[in-house]
Amino acid sequence: MSLREFGPNELFFLLMATRWTILLAVVTVVGGGCLGLFLAGLRVSPSALLRHAASAYIGFFQSTPILIQLFMVYYGTAFIGLRPDPWPAAAIAFCLNAGAFFGEIFRGSIEAVAKGQWEASKALGLRYVATLRLVIIPQASRLSLPPTVGFMVQIVKTTSVASLIGLVELSRAATMINTVTFQPVIVFGTVAVIYFALCWPLSLLGQHLERRLNGGREREVVL
Amino acid sequence: MNYVFQFGPIFRHSDELIYGAVRTMELTAASSAIGFVIGLAGALARSFGPIWLKRIVAVYVEIIRNTPLLVQLYFVFFSLPLMGVKLSSDQAAILALSIHLGAYAVEILRAGIQSIPGGQIEAAKSLGLSRRQIIRHVIVVPAARAVYPALTSQFILQLLGTSIVSAIAAEELTAVANNLAMQTFRNFEIYIVIAIIYFILVRACSLLFRLVSLVLFRWKA
Repeated sequence: MSLREFGPNELFFLLMATRWTILLAVVTVVGGGCLGLFLAGLRVSPSALLRHAASAYIGFFQSTPILIQLFMVYYGTAFIGLRPDPWPAAAIAFCLNAGAFFGEIFRGSIEAVAKGQWEASKALGLRYVATLRLVIIPQASRLSLPPTVGFMVQIVKTTSVASLIGLVELSRAATMINTVTFQPVIVFGTVAVIYFALCWPLSLLGQHLERRLNGGREREVVL
Repeated sequence: MNYVFQFGPIFRHSDELIYGAVRTMELTAASSAIGFVIGLAGALARSFGPIWLKRIVAVYVEIIRNTPLLVQLYFVFFSLPLMGVKLSSDQAAILALSIHLGAYAVEILRAGIQSIPGGQIEAAKSLGLSRRQIIRHVIVVPAARAVYPALTSQFILQLLGTSIVSAIAAEELTAVANNLAMQTFRNFEIYIVIAIIYFILVRACSLLFRLVSLVLFRWKA
């Protein structure tokens, strides 16, 4: 027998926990986006040292699991003499991780801008940062929008990993409620619906933007 | 800043770390293989199947791609036993990971099928190739070359994703790390070592995939 039935109170508890999922995702998008912009700038910089440093950073964060990165940040706080706290640990780990992925997205779109634009800016006497800011980034941002929105879906889903260090967001709330109601089908079903409601609009927006960028042509194969 | 690193207690458990790494690769390989079969069936159904089947596959893909792996894992692990399916945590992990990868594989393979220009198929038809020949030489082989990079990077993501299944205590590298952390209390050191092991696994796999692609796709595109 279970202690409680899944009712409106439990649903309310899940919805309240969703706030933290959304907040964590927003923090990650903003922090990771800024870091990604910085990393992309380093990746295309004229200095080989900066390029290699940025690519080593990205390589590390793309080749290790987000969960391990989270644990490293969480337990690493002991290294600087602080008590581990889930919220800052999750925010920092997710920003560092998302920064690496955003960095690659932005670099790809920066490199997709025609080389002539760089040469023209140079001929006009613009320096590196001014060229990026005034000429390259405005053009690259149009290209990077669809994958950025697509990656935001990834971020919302990834926030669920924070439940494994004890942050009470949507997934953690779900396991807590499942423990007292023992109705996993309805509990995890509801949680899946909430995540779906957060992610699907973003997915659709990403697909829409991508189709618009590609001129909207898609041909069915006839066999 | 008076933290003293102690890696000694971890390396005393190196055989457990190796076991964990092997289990992680087994989980990745098994779930990727099953997921690939799901993906292939789904992509064919979505490209050539009847409307109702296309809809079902589309719903499956959208649900899986818009919910977290962790929730899928919990759903499989906690719900199926209530429906009378007894699963160990390892079996639940493989099942959830396969279903997860399957959805992504459907999309990748479907994109591969669609990457074949319609004109190529029409050209093959007018040259008198049979349906089977068209599927093999005009669709499957060129599509395989087109999807290879996306599929292999999905495999790598799957390898990283397996760390999530430590949440239900399935045996793999992250679960081994969690156990060692409880035994030795050298948490920070342990996760540094584990991160390095994952890094090596990922780099080894991507190197292997690049070598395989050199052999498989050595003819000109």
